[in-house]
Amino acid sequence: MMESIFPVLYLLASASFILAIKWMSSPTTARRGVFVGEIGMLLAVVGTLLRAEVVNYQWIFIAFFIGAAIGVPIAYYMPMTAVPQRTAFSHACGALAAALIGAAEYYRQKPHGVVMIALIVEMLLGFLTFTASMMAFGKLQETLPQRPITFRGQNFVNLGILLAAVVIGVMLILSPERTWLFPIFAVLSLAFGVLLIIPIGGADMPTVIALLNSYAGLSASAMGFAFDNKLLIVAGALDGSSGFILAVIMCRAMNRSFSNVLFGAFGTIQTAVTKTTERPVRSASAEEAAEILDAARKVVIVPGYGMAVAQAQHKLRELHDILTKRGIEVSFAIHPVAGRMPGHMNVLLAEADVPYDRLIEMDEINPEFPRTDVVLVIGANDVVNPAARFTANSPIAGMPILNVYEAQTVMVIKRSMSPGFAGIDNDLYYMDKTLMLFGDAKAFVSSIVKELNAVAAGS
Amino acid sequence: MSSYEVALWVFMLAAFLGFELIRRVSPLLHTPLMSLTNAISAIAVVGAILITGSKDASMLTRVLGFTAVVLSTINVVSGYLITDRMLKMFKKRGAEKK
Repeated sequence: MMESIFPVLYLLASASFILAIKWMSSPTTARRGVFVGEIGMLLAVVGTLLRAEVVNYQWIFIAFFIGAAIGVPIAYYMPMTAVPQRTAFSHACGALAAALIGAAEYYRQKPHGVVMIALIVEMLLGFLTFTASMMAFGKLQETLPQRPITFRGQNFVNLGILLAAVVIGVMLILSPERTWLFPIFAVLSLAFGVLLIIPIGGADMPTVIALLNSYAGLSASAMGFAFDNKLLIVAGALDGSSGFILAVIMCRAMNRSFSNVLFGAFGTIQTAVTKTTERPVRSASAEEAAEILDAARKVVIVPGYGMAVAQAQHKLRELHDILTKRGIEVSFAIHPVAGRMPGHMNVLLAEADVPYDRLIEMDEINPEFPRTDVVLVIGANDVVNPAARFTANSPIAGMPILNVYEAQTVMVIKRSMSPGFAGIDNDLYYMDKTLMLFGDAKAFVSSIVKELNAVAAGS
Repeated sequence: MSSYEVALWVFMLAAFLGFELIRRVSPLLHTPLMSLTNAISAIAVVGAILITGSKDASMLTRVLGFTAVVLSTINVVSGYLITDRMLKMFKKRGAEKK
């Protein structure tokens, strides 16, 4: 009698997860989505604990306790600027959990056939996603260099290791009794994860994080096949397709293919285009910038990763408030790959209390630029580089950009004239309508705010 | 139909459903979305519980399962809490403080 209730609980849990993602589509229903997702997880966990196979509770509850003791402080004390790292870390946790479960199930049963195939897929994805996510975490936390690291024959080495892992995986599927093969399989999968991320630079992180999200989900889904559990299959497939779609969106926003992101090693291009001749630029002071902003009717702010590094989002909100109060229309243009993960800029600006209806996507804001008086670019570079549209042989040719060059005046806050991540000179900086504001993003915005306040007090 | 065949059908339908649902999510919420789906995929905790709590678990499998329960619980707890914390920050104009 009790046994017949579990499939129902799992079914309800699956439905809750589907609803949770459905409600994420809009900010007004999203929190409801989280709540129903929590209910789904609760149903799944309770349903599992009550199953007849589970007889030993002590270790499970100790593990719950330790997990919560680590998870709750992360959730409450983590600064929002660390969201990309946190995401990479949680991909690592999820993937390692899946891989370890796979390993335990392998040692417990040494299963044959379909179950073993599912376990090998689960462990391959789990192990490689674990080390890849830890590498991504290191790069985002800047404990590892953000620059891509490349060496000769890198792609051959990487593919060779992946191939070796797959071959050993197949051998294990054919005869699971050869347990000595298992550690080799695990080490190869782990090594491939490390090598996969080494050549990837900071600007490609949004795509890579989304892809790792997808792998972690697919790994959970493969576990569902091994355990013959539909709930795992559904939840894993939802996560897998979500990460995949986000990765596709990110790739499209850079006009690149998956293989180009993973094997292209973007950083190698830059040596070819350094040493351009010095061209004159116009620069301006905070006072001049404030006057120009004060005279505008429509202002668009374009934030990039530099804003996150400088922590300038709160100062930008002050600027937004002051200008709005003076009757100037202010909006923020968000490029899909701005920052280090999908939606990174939105979260930071929302945290700084910028109303979310002021955060405008690329396709919606681009027609507005010809009617915009002033564009303020802060910490963004390649996503506003007109070379993507007009220079056919540029490494970023064809990448969709924010057409800020169509505005009346462009102001760019930047530390120095050094080129951006892709190492490509930005023609935007040399246009007649462009003013360079040299300095730290946060300090500069804050002096503009001060100047505007002074103007307000004087008038 | 064998049970694996059913499982493949379930996988295919869930993946397509996922595609359709996620496509509708506004880019505004891509970060919380990733955080939520990550919490959902911590459903792996089900497998971890089954391994850790089973009668015939050896020392090795119990240690592996135990670690997996800890890791998944971290993701469940921090995943849902952070997603909610992020979503709380998204406010419309007018709702903000003066």
